[in-house]
Amino acid sequence: MADVAPTALLQARQLTKQFPGVRALRGVSLTLHRGEVLAVIGETGAGKSTLMKILAGVQSPDSGEILVGGKPVRLPSVRAAQRLGIALIHQELNLADNLDIGANLFLGREPGRGGWIDHASIRAGAREQLDRVGLKESPDTLVGTLPIGRQQLVEIAKALSSQARILIMDEPTSSLSRHETDTLFHVVRDLRSQGLGVIYISHRLGEVKALADRVVVLRDGENAGEMDRAAIVPEAMVRLMVGRDLSQFYVRQPQQPGDVVLEVDRLRTPAHPGRELSFQVRAGEVVALAGLVGAGRTELLQTLFGITPALGGQVRVRGRVQRLRNASDAIGAGMALAPEDRKQHGLVLPMSVRENASLPSLRRDQRRGLLNRAAEELVARRTVDQLGVKTPGLDQAVQNLSGGNQQKIVLGKWLALDPHLLLLDEPTRGIDVGAKREIYRLMDGLAARGVAVLFASSEMEEVLGMADRVLVMHEGRLAGELPRARLTEEALMQLATGGASDSGFTA
Amino acid sequence: MKKNILGIMALFAVVFLFTALKNDSFLNAYNLQNLIKWSCLYGLIGLGVSFVIITGGIDLSIGSVIGLVASLLALLLSKGRDPSTCIALVLALSAGIGLMHGLLITKVKLQPFVVTLCGLLFYRGIARYITDNQSMGFSGHDTLDSIFSGKVAVSSQFALPAPFFYLVVVAVVAALFLNRTVWGRYLFALGNNETAARYSGIDTDSLKILAYVACSLLTGLAGVLFAFELNSVQPASTGEFYELYTIAAAVLGGCSLRGGEGSVLGVIIAAAVIRLLYNSINMLGISTHLEYAIIGAVILAGVTVDELVKRYAAARRTRQQAE
Repeated sequence: MADVAPTALLQARQLTKQFPGVRALRGVSLTLHRGEVLAVIGETGAGKSTLMKILAGVQSPDSGEILVGGKPVRLPSVRAAQRLGIALIHQELNLADNLDIGANLFLGREPGRGGWIDHASIRAGAREQLDRVGLKESPDTLVGTLPIGRQQLVEIAKALSSQARILIMDEPTSSLSRHETDTLFHVVRDLRSQGLGVIYISHRLGEVKALADRVVVLRDGENAGEMDRAAIVPEAMVRLMVGRDLSQFYVRQPQQPGDVVLEVDRLRTPAHPGRELSFQVRAGEVVALAGLVGAGRTELLQTLFGITPALGGQVRVRGRVQRLRNASDAIGAGMALAPEDRKQHGLVLPMSVRENASLPSLRRDQRRGLLNRAAEELVARRTVDQLGVKTPGLDQAVQNLSGGNQQKIVLGKWLALDPHLLLLDEPTRGIDVGAKREIYRLMDGLAARGVAVLFASSEMEEVLGMADRVLVMHEGRLAGELPRARLTEEALMQLATGGASDSGFTA
Repeated sequence: MKKNILGIMALFAVVFLFTALKNDSFLNAYNLQNLIKWSCLYGLIGLGVSFVIITGGIDLSIGSVIGLVASLLALLLSKGRDPSTCIALVLALSAGIGLMHGLLITKVKLQPFVVTLCGLLFYRGIARYITDNQSMGFSGHDTLDSIFSGKVAVSSQFALPAPFFYLVVVAVVAALFLNRTVWGRYLFALGNNETAARYSGIDTDSLKILAYVACSLLTGLAGVLFAFELNSVQPASTGEFYELYTIAAAVLGGCSLRGGEGSVLGVIIAAAVIRLLYNSINMLGISTHLEYAIIGAVILAGVTVDELVKRYAAARRTRQQAE
């Protein structure tokens, strides 16, 4: 049996874990072999992170068994897992920005004597590990000065320097550019060929297809299925993850567009002061802003919404020239923005569902400056009901809700103001497939009611599935525009990369 | 938040009863009136600084503003200026100081700690300079005296001191503002997550400036009340360290220095606890040299218990949900 093959690096058997109110894992098993990249996929709440935390010693299972190299082990702490060669690389990196690379690699186990650090052997040791991940930087470089992709490689080097044989990577590419992702993949493949086992968690099915030797799918805390290299195709993965077909996934019924809602004329943003942007979005249209990371999509949306005021040019909303000095001006013009960073920019996490949902509409509903409790209740209740937010109550702090439910509240708080133009920045980042579908349905429904929708997305499938028209950005300028009829992955990629080559798209 | 208020009410009650049992003169009208008076004066500035703390800021200049307001007022009155003009002037100056703090913090983007620390030094220096560091008195202003440090008899033995009425008015307005108005909600939202508040269309800069103006204005008002209460001003020492007591009161009363939390009632009771401790130390015959040590220890114990209770409650909620 494969389960007991001598190459099995790590095995989990029938793991269960119970949390207050949820059974996170119900008898999950997986096997990781030497020299293998095993992808673990599933919707949010399927149990991926719990499984990873158990394997990394962050949490203990209620029952079940973990074997490393065929021997049963207990992982009561992260340190215990590290001693067995298991390293978890978090989505949010655990590096000290203010220290140099060498200091980070050896943090907590500095070589030296009597409290004096042996810098020479740190440098030598660091050099060796940096070479393994293809980093040319000096070990004396401050981590904070490195771009995020290289910091990730430093994190991997740190794991390697502690003799890790099993790397668990949790959404490692979520903030990487295409180029950085390629480098990371290269390093992961390299490590695989050196005999390491890698468990790779990702929402991005394109990456899983590109990298994984095997895929384990979780659904509702159970094993939903497994597929080998040849069988890995996105449709099959989605079917296993959600138990339904991809064809019903994107909900978009394009309509005849109405009047021009947004008219941008030679707009210059602070991020790319030398570029002028001009385009239009009509009522009832769903328009995508596509492009590589750093192409200026987020900056454009933030300038439209008054967060970083424009350096020049003109914005007209429903025919009227707008002065957009702050978000309040943009809201007054009938705009709404669901920002990319939901937790930092979109929500006040410690505050309740009610308080978050009603925040932008409080002033409209006020009575001589006093809060209108009834109106507030109504707005919050509608958000929860119409968007299907799963919450124990309106007084629940939003920090206790899942990513998908949080995103629904971000949308709900704006829908209460009946915007003419809805700006969405990565509307489905980090949320589960079920919630994604509901957000697509909402975008479609709003467009049908005459709202103009402009969304920035790095997910190719989302852009192809939802957009009536795509504005492709490249290095701060509009590289081109693709109507749905001419919309193909190839055409899009060509524009996004400046037409230079067929190098990939962030998907 | 409610539990926290009950906790410090209990703390107040325990110290109060203990002192009353140990010393008969604690409960006499004179002592109680004094206790109320000082509690209310501390409460006023405590409420002021609470606004700033809710935004996530701090005001270290409170004591010096009190010193400056009292000194300037004494100086102006001694020159025979119209009393009501003098009062209006020092209150306007206080508001102006708050406005300047707010502008430096929001527009120049300096840290509140730095801005108000410099204020602490600056205003004290100015107070000493304009008065030539001479103590000054407030005698001969009977009308002002009765407005700012008079008493209203409620029975033949007991009279409520003027600061009590000022505090009641300010507390009611502050509570309404924080809990019932749109701007109060905005203030809490901004204290918790300023960026998200800004993305929601809230003018966060103006609200922060407003908080600093409210803080300094209340400090100015308290400065006037202190001046007439003390009936004299020492430019070098009047108001010294008051910022620390009031920040302590705000924290003990449920404000978080991280911002986004605070309650009017909590802060007022906490201010009363601090004054009560002073009073009890005297009444119980404890060496006054221990004053600071005791107050420091009690506040530390209070916030520690509060933290432990919060953690215990959170753990119990998790257990209950598990069942």
